[in-house]
Amino acid sequence: MIETLYVIFVSILKTALYFGILLLHVAYATYAERKVIGHIQLRLGPMVVGPHGILQPIADVVKLIFKEDIIPSNVDKRVFAIAPIISLTAALSTFAVIPVDKNFVISDMSVGLLYVLGIAGVGTYGIIFGGWASNSKYAFLGGLRSAAQMISYEVALAMSLVGVVLMAESFNLSEIVNKQNELWYGMFLFPQILGYFVFIVAALAETNRLPFDLPEAETELVAGYFVEYSGIRFSFYYLAEYLAMFSMSALAAICFWGGWTAPPVLIKIFPILSLIPGIVWFLLKVYFHIFLFFWLRGTLPRYRYDQLMAIGWKVLIPLALFNIVITSLIKYYQ
Amino acid sequence: MNPENERELLINMGPQHPATHGVLRLVLEVEGEIVKRCTPYIGYLHRGLEKLAEDLTYVQSLPLTDRLDYLSSMVNNVGFCLCVEKLLGINVPERAKFIRTMLSEMARICSHLVWIATHALDIGAMTVFLYAMRDREKLLELFEMVTGARLTVSYPRIGGVRCDVSNEFLKKLERFIDEFPKRVEEYETLIDRNRVWLKRTKGVGVISAEEAINWGLTGPTLRGSGVYYDVRKFFPYDAYDKVEFDVPVGKNGDIYDRYKCRMLEFRQSVRIIKQCIERLPEGPILADNAPKIRMPASPLKIDKEDVQFEIYVDDKSVEDFIKKFTDIYASVEAPRGELGFYIVCDDSAKPYRMRVRAPSFVHTGALPRLCEGGLIADVIANIGSIDIVLGECDR
Repeated sequence: MIETLYVIFVSILKTALYFGILLLHVAYATYAERKVIGHIQLRLGPMVVGPHGILQPIADVVKLIFKEDIIPSNVDKRVFAIAPIISLTAALSTFAVIPVDKNFVISDMSVGLLYVLGIAGVGTYGIIFGGWASNSKYAFLGGLRSAAQMISYEVALAMSLVGVVLMAESFNLSEIVNKQNELWYGMFLFPQILGYFVFIVAALAETNRLPFDLPEAETELVAGYFVEYSGIRFSFYYLAEYLAMFSMSALAAICFWGGWTAPPVLIKIFPILSLIPGIVWFLLKVYFHIFLFFWLRGTLPRYRYDQLMAIGWKVLIPLALFNIVITSLIKYYQ
Repeated sequence: MNPENERELLINMGPQHPATHGVLRLVLEVEGEIVKRCTPYIGYLHRGLEKLAEDLTYVQSLPLTDRLDYLSSMVNNVGFCLCVEKLLGINVPERAKFIRTMLSEMARICSHLVWIATHALDIGAMTVFLYAMRDREKLLELFEMVTGARLTVSYPRIGGVRCDVSNEFLKKLERFIDEFPKRVEEYETLIDRNRVWLKRTKGVGVISAEEAINWGLTGPTLRGSGVYYDVRKFFPYDAYDKVEFDVPVGKNGDIYDRYKCRMLEFRQSVRIIKQCIERLPEGPILADNAPKIRMPASPLKIDKEDVQFEIYVDDKSVEDFIKKFTDIYASVEAPRGELGFYIVCDDSAKPYRMRVRAPSFVHTGALPRLCEGGLIADVIANIGSIDIVLGECDR
């Protein structure tokens, strides 16, 4: 009995710590994005609130919370209210299985990877519901676009990870990282370079980032599925988008970059590197991918809807399948 | 107006929409993502400039033309002045001609910079927007140096220009045009060598040469279809017959060719400005028989009953000249196409009727032809590629 209570207590503590830090990260990811894109575009980004605008995310949160919660007339009120919550919950739940350090994971599930992909799919419902319930044509089109986009890219995303699963012989994310550490270079990035490429492109589409930000294509659909949302409900969608970015980056770091471990060859050459805690390696890898997302946003134009579908079905999925075949053959003959 | 079958959705795009360049309103009938019908509605920026001009003297009408195409107000001013000069038979001094040409090309670069900025932003490349605005800022500062205004310059006068350019300005301008081609290359590395950009623009919004002529398209929009027509070459005005420049012509008539034409025009404008600076002759900047503007000694000394517009302008010279009904047309190559002024005059110092042939108006008419059958995203790309300014379209 005492032991059960202890486990529950530790889990709650872990969860609180994990999500506290996570949400702080998300808040400052918005700041980082504005700064990075600002400097790419010859501007300074936020500079007013606090030194170098460091308190800007806090001001934003306060503003969003105190804004009037507008529910337009003729919307489907129940669905309208629940849609952003579905998106946010799905985005947050992903992190339950993502290990940030050795033995630091909330739930060490044996099918962690499947869980992440499944939960990410649930998030799509939030977007479709939001678009449908808003009773706005722009939101409706945005919702439809995102439904089609997410379904087609989820296939590519899942397939790109099959190669990793084959190599690691496990769906457990911690196990995948441990398997990578057995290699001398400590990451699946090199044998799975094709899978990594497909994964990154599909992840961009999955998180609605440029060049695949069609569901919210600003210049076409004004804001897409959340055009009617305001205040705290809007911020739920916003949070969900950034959380999805973090979960995709974390997945990339875990499945392809060796998670919290440093490449063994590096540690052999510079033994001092083994003193660096795993979380630092992990965060560095995640930040790299987050930066990649920002960087692409500052550089690329947007694809058209039909081109996006063509890339998904005609390029990414065949590539992922090819990758699976090659990996399987090598695995079989080893 | 109602969609005939239930598969179609009616979307109202604009007048407040981030990508319709001002206040254009498009009613789209879409089936899924495909645009079945596109109907532009204009008039949201109508200020009755043509009607206003009927109540103002020729000299007073000049600042109105600033407000037509506010991105290249210099060219509008020149167009209006050319028309009135033709009417009054005024010969513009050489130096004024060169200054006008130089500043017109500066306005063309300015306007094309705004075009590349917004066009790229519409297609999703946000960074180009700020890069182009950075360079436009420098040009606006140069405009401010000469004319005192950044956007609505009202710099030319009927019969010349308002004030002379300084050597300091010429030096600064020379420095700008020396480094500007490098900037254009910078935009091209960002978008022209980008697969996404090419996919979005090549083979989209195609209009053949014959159709383009029939629709009355002019400027880069026409030249993108492979028609060699440029007012500057065919009906030279100001100093355009004294400088060397090429007219870039496209081939396929798609968005990419129109884009390419404008990008090449950047370089030609730089070439023209360079020659203007080199060959700028000395001399007067205003013709002797130009209509005079009489300013009161001090605005404070004006009597109450004298506060009328007429007091500022000495129009005796104009009135003496115009004794008969006549009509006159003059056009310039504005950044968007052929901008024409058609004036019917009676025996007063005011036009009986002024009509502006605005390229944006004509191009908006061709918009359904370009958009129908394409996707929603192509509508945005097409609006960007024909480069309309609603101030000019609605007048």
